Amino acid sequence: MSRLGNKVALVTGGSRGIGAAIAKRLASDGASVVITYAKDSGAAAEVVKAIERGGGRAVAIRADAADAEAVKGAVAETVAIFGRLDVLVNNAGTAIPKTFEETTRDEMDRMIDINVRGTLAATQAALKYMQRGGRIIMIGSAVGERVATPGLVAYSATKGAVKMFSQGLSREVGSRGITVNNVQPGPIDTDLNPAAGEWAVPQKAATALDRYGHVDEVAALVAFVAGPDSSYITGANLTVDGGMNA
Amino acid sequence: MSTTVVLITGALTGIGRAAALAFARDGHPIVAAGRHEEAGRELVTELRTLGTEAEFVRADVRHEDEVENLVDRTVARFGRLDAAVNCAGTEGTPGPLTKQTADTYAATFDTNVLGTLLSMKHELRIMLAQGSGSIVNVSSTYGHTGAPGASIYAASKHAVEGLTKSAALEAASSGVRVNIVAPGPIETAMLNRFTGTDERKAGLAASVPLKRTGRPEEIAQIIMFLTSDKASFITGASYLVDGGKTAQ
Repeated sequence: MSRLGNKVALVTGGSRGIGAAIAKRLASDGASVVITYAKDSGAAAEVVKAIERGGGRAVAIRADAADAEAVKGAVAETVAIFGRLDVLVNNAGTAIPKTFEETTRDEMDRMIDINVRGTLAATQAALKYMQRGGRIIMIGSAVGERVATPGLVAYSATKGAVKMFSQGLSREVGSRGITVNNVQPGPIDTDLNPAAGEWAVPQKAATALDRYGHVDEVAALVAFVAGPDSSYITGANLTVDGGMNA
Repeated sequence: MSTTVVLITGALTGIGRAAALAFARDGHPIVAAGRHEEAGRELVTELRTLGTEAEFVRADVRHEDEVENLVDRTVARFGRLDAAVNCAGTEGTPGPLTKQTADTYAATFDTNVLGTLLSMKHELRIMLAQGSGSIVNVSSTYGHTGAPGASIYAASKHAVEGLTKSAALEAASSGVRVNIVAPGPIETAMLNRFTGTDERKAGLAASVPLKRTGRPEEIAQIIMFLTSDKASFITGASYLVDGGKTAQ
C-alpha cells in the first residue's frame, strides 16, 4: 500500500502555489485530497484534473479562508464526501509586503483573518473528526521565527502566532495520537512571492543556498510529515528555507 | 530513490544503528563507524543480509587521525561520500553542575563537540570537492533547552547546534547541506542510563505530549529524509523529534 493509502487530506488554499504542489504530492502518495480555494475555480479545477490524470482522487471546494464559517463547511463537506479526515494542511495564507507604517488596517485584518483566524477555524473543525494517527500541519513561515528583511512585519506577526498555536495545540491533542507541526518555508517561488519580484532580491540574498525554493521542495516535507514515518514529531517547527534562519 | 554512499558514526548502538539498518533496507552502501571491532563486524554482517554493501571502520571520533582514516577509507571503498550521519555521542556523567569537573566536561565535549567538528571537517573535505553531499548531526532536545542534572550534556548539544548552523552557512555555496536532528527521549541504552530506573523513565514518557518515548527507527526516518534530495531546500535547520516535549 502507498504511504497515504486510505487517508483523506484537506489542503486549504490548494489551487495554486505551495498548496497546489502539496495537494498533488499527497495525492501521488495515495491520499484522497480535498482542496479549498477562494476565487479561481479554473485553477482549482486544473489541480483536480492533474490529480485525476495521475490516477488519484480529488475534489475542489470553494471556501474563502478569511470566512471561518465557509472553512468549517469545507471540513464537514470533506468528511461527507470521503468519509473521514486524516490530514489537515493549513496552507491558505496571504502576504501584503510593504512597510508596516504604510500597511492599512484593512490589510492587517486580511492577513490576520486568513493566516490566523482561518487556520484556527479549520483546525477546530477538523479535530471533531480526526482519529488517532491524525496530522495537523501548518504552513507557517521562516519569518514566524526570525525576520531578515523589511516589508513583512504584519505577515511575520501572523506566522509567529501560527507557530505558537501549533506548539500549544500539540500539548492538547498529543494523548489522542494526533500530531501538530508547523512547516516553515523560506522564500519559495510562487505568484505570491515571485523569485523575479521586487521583494525577491533581499530574500534570496538572505538564504544560504542563494536561491528561491521550489514548491515541490515544500511539498516533499509536508508529505513526510503527513506520512507514517513522522510518528514521533509533534509541536515542531520544521524549516525549509535554504538556510535563511541558520 | 537513487543510491547514496552513507557514512554513519556511532553506528553500533541506538539511533546510529537504527539509521544504518534503515539505509541498508533502502539499498544504500554504508560505512559504519564505531569503537568496538566485534560489534562492528556483527553489524556489517546484518547490513549485508539486508542486501546492501557495508563496511565497518573502527574509529574514535575524538581522534583526528582516526576520523581522517575513516573518511578516506569510505572514499577508497565506494568512490564518493553522499551522506554523513554523525551520531557518535555520550551522555557523559550526569549529575548536579556543582559536582562536575574539568575531566567530566572534557569527556563529554571531546566526543559530542570535538567529535562532531572533526567528523564534519573531514566529511566536508570530500563533499565540498564533490560539490554535493548532505550531513546530519544528531543533537538533542537538550540542544534547545536547559536540563537539570545534565548541564554539560546540554551545553555540548547547544554547541553542536551552533557548529552545524555555521557549517551549513559555509558549505551552502558548494551545494552541500548540513542539518540537525534533535531527538527527545528515545528507547536506547543511553536513555536507560540517563533515567536510571523504570519509574523515572515512565515519568519522563508521561511528560511527553504523545505520552510515550520514541523508537530509534522514528529518528532514522527523518535522518533519511534530510539526507535525501527531497530535502533540497533544507539547510542549517534543526528538526526536533521529541513527541512534542519541547513545544510546551
